[in-house]
Amino acid sequence: MIKKMFSFILIIFLFLILFELLNNLTENKKLSGVAKEYAERGAAELGTANLVTSIVVTYRGLDTLGEVSVLFIAATGVAVLLRRRKDEEILIQKVKRQSSEILQTGTDLLVPIIIMFGVYIFINGHLSPGGGFQGGAVIASAVLLSFLSDINYKINHTVFGLIESLSGVFYVLIGVLGIFLAGGFLDNRILPLGEYGTILSAGAIPLIYTLIGLKVGTELASIIDNMKRDSE
Amino acid sequence: MELQQGIFVLMGLAMIVAAILAMYVKDLVSSIIAVGVVSLFASILYLLLQAPDVAMTEAAIGAGLSTLIFLYALHKTKDAEEEND
Repeated sequence: MIKKMFSFILIIFLFLILFELLNNLTENKKLSGVAKEYAERGAAELGTANLVTSIVVTYRGLDTLGEVSVLFIAATGVAVLLRRRKDEEILIQKVKRQSSEILQTGTDLLVPIIIMFGVYIFINGHLSPGGGFQGGAVIASAVLLSFLSDINYKINHTVFGLIESLSGVFYVLIGVLGIFLAGGFLDNRILPLGEYGTILSAGAIPLIYTLIGLKVGTELASIIDNMKRDSE
Repeated sequence: MELQQGIFVLMGLAMIVAAILAMYVKDLVSSIIAVGVVSLFASILYLLLQAPDVAMTEAAIGAGLSTLIFLYALHKTKDAEEEND
């Protein structure tokens, strides 16, 4: 009874707060403070055609590094919590069911295209929507599709771990290089800006996004691998 | 403009319905699918609201990967229940 009263009061408070917010809501016609600076200076200063990228990778690059670390910790946590010892693995040997012909053929056709699309997304991160995270997630979905179609599909943990840790290290190294060669941590102007709107432009952003894409892709793939290995 | 606002309202309502379904459906698999539907509509809304970067993330991670990870997790808990019986 008290619990119900309490949640009722909470809902009323929430309603009042949201009502007040909605009542005073007016459309922002102009960009405010920092956003205005980013929007006006971003393209000329960093040479990125996609303004979102210049904010995500350079101006707020530290936040992106934080996101990558959070994902890394999540992947490590899954790996630690769901690991299974060797003797346990032998105990649980169930009869696996082969996946259907349609899924197998479709996977064979689609996996290379999906991986190529993921690479396209992160290499063109500074020109078109998308970037390292999105491209990495798309690549991980290709690995997921392979898991679904082939019951004996295994990823090479050594290679995946190596790609993941190396790209993480190089990402931070490029960031530190920015302190010495350009304006600050994760500044992209350590490489020449190049011609605006071409693939090899915007300084180090294509490089950084490639590293992020590889890291996120391998991390998500190993999360899926850990979840799947245990569910058999 | 009118049509676009209609689409926004429809999608928002669909998201609310799917979210409520996710809570009250008895079958857990349907519940997971309903959560995925919420993410899917959210990603379409992001796209219509001119945020393609966020839309891509939502579609790939929210609607794609996390749904499958939930399904794997559900499968795993079922296994544990069978072992205990």
